[in-house]
Amino acid sequence: MINWSIIIEMLPAFWRGLQITLILLCTAGLAGLALAVPLSLARASSHPLLSWPVFIFTYILRGTPLLVQLFIIYYGLPQLDIVRQSAFWPFFRDPFFCAWLAFTLNTTAYTTEIFAGAIRNTPAGEVEAARAMGLSRTQVLRDIFWPGAWRRALPQYGNEVVQLMHATALASTITIVEILRVGRDVYYNHLVITESFGMAAVFFLALTVVLTLIFRILEKLFLRHLDPRDSANVSPSETTKVTVNA
Amino acid sequence: MRNTITSLVLTTVLAVPALASDQIRIGVEGNYPPFSQVAPDGALSGFDIDIADALCDRMQVECTLVQQEWEGMIPALSANRFDMIVASMTITDARRERVDFSDPYYDVPSRFIAAEGDFTSYSPEDLAGQTIIVLRNSPRADFLEENYPDSRILAVDREPAVYLELAAGRGDIAFGSSVVSAEAFLNTPQGEGFVQVGDPISLTRAGEGGVGIAMRKNDDALRERVNAALAEIMADGTYDEMASQYFEFDIMPEAARDALN
Repeated sequence: MINWSIIIEMLPAFWRGLQITLILLCTAGLAGLALAVPLSLARASSHPLLSWPVFIFTYILRGTPLLVQLFIIYYGLPQLDIVRQSAFWPFFRDPFFCAWLAFTLNTTAYTTEIFAGAIRNTPAGEVEAARAMGLSRTQVLRDIFWPGAWRRALPQYGNEVVQLMHATALASTITIVEILRVGRDVYYNHLVITESFGMAAVFFLALTVVLTLIFRILEKLFLRHLDPRDSANVSPSETTKVTVNA
Repeated sequence: MRNTITSLVLTTVLAVPALASDQIRIGVEGNYPPFSQVAPDGALSGFDIDIADALCDRMQVECTLVQQEWEGMIPALSANRFDMIVASMTITDARRERVDFSDPYYDVPSRFIAAEGDFTSYSPEDLAGQTIIVLRNSPRADFLEENYPDSRILAVDREPAVYLELAAGRGDIAFGSSVVSAEAFLNTPQGEGFVQVGDPISLTRAGEGGVGIAMRKNDDALRERVNAALAEIMADGTYDEMASQYFEFDIMPEAARDALN
């Protein structure tokens, strides 16, 4: 039997936990996205001085567990005097910043590889054709190259964001009261599973559903050309856009 | 005749669990030196462990120590993973709602711990806006929440982490056990420059406070046996002998000491 009075009593705490989870997800996700754009260009570059450093970065970050990275940042860095005496110490002192940094670096590594893969798969002919049409390098990059790579990367990137959301639960290990931590507290105080971890699972599941829906809408928007029915009846606004780009 | 045999067989079968109940499983923690700690080879030691062994000895039962993380201690007891908890658990009203406690077996106050010279007074006003580090889900955390509403609370999962975080500079001042802070931190190289400050603060109420052994509710037979065994080791000097190996001061609850004299 589910004890609804516990759930109702703990809803405000879960609500605050949800906000913390969302703040972590959005700040780390957006920062990771912003960093991954230039890094993936470097990673896909044919110049080894550009691609190798990025490759080493993503290899280390993808080759070690996120929890280990989180612990190194949270427990390890404060032991170095150079960190504690630096101007950044007020940041590293804060558990939330440490979690944000760990999640940002981790998602940057994965997103960089996803984007770099999409860049490498850009058909050479697409860029050649655009150049032949007389488009400048910037125009090619902005109007042909990135939109194409973005479309190819989108489904995989959606998975990465969902995984990042699940990974935010690790923040509970460094005193951050996000959804899982609230669940653990409920469990400790009431000794019930359904109302504690069950509720946490419901919240994470709901977030997954919302994120999946958002990405499905994005895919519908950006990958319309792959849907035979949808691409057949092009809307007027789409026509204008195509003209502008051409 | 047939009925007699059946009932004889039944009695024998039913008698087995009664024998088996002379095995007691005890939940212990391992992150609370000098009360409980784990050696690198996994061996448990400490005052809690000694108390558990002495009690089993007196009750003439075979005991198994089950190591359990602090956070899941009471849930594991309720889930029947062990029969009692000997893990420096302070007797509080909130916990009394979920478990029964033995008589208290020790009582030590809590203290503030800070870098030498950082603070001179420790009232809620003095510590307003400061970050206080404390063990999560503990009476000390409840005490801070109630009495220090204007301070930032950094609540960590294990008592030694309270001191790690203080040494790491993640908080301004820590609120911990007077004994554990000394043993696990102040007497170690990491604790250099840190001291216990302010007056000792007792979180237990006179007569009923202290640290007890937790058992499932209504396990009265076990509780009475534990209390009897505890009174025995306190009366015959076993308790003081064990305590003197760890502490230079008396940790026996006042009421129990008064009753002995």
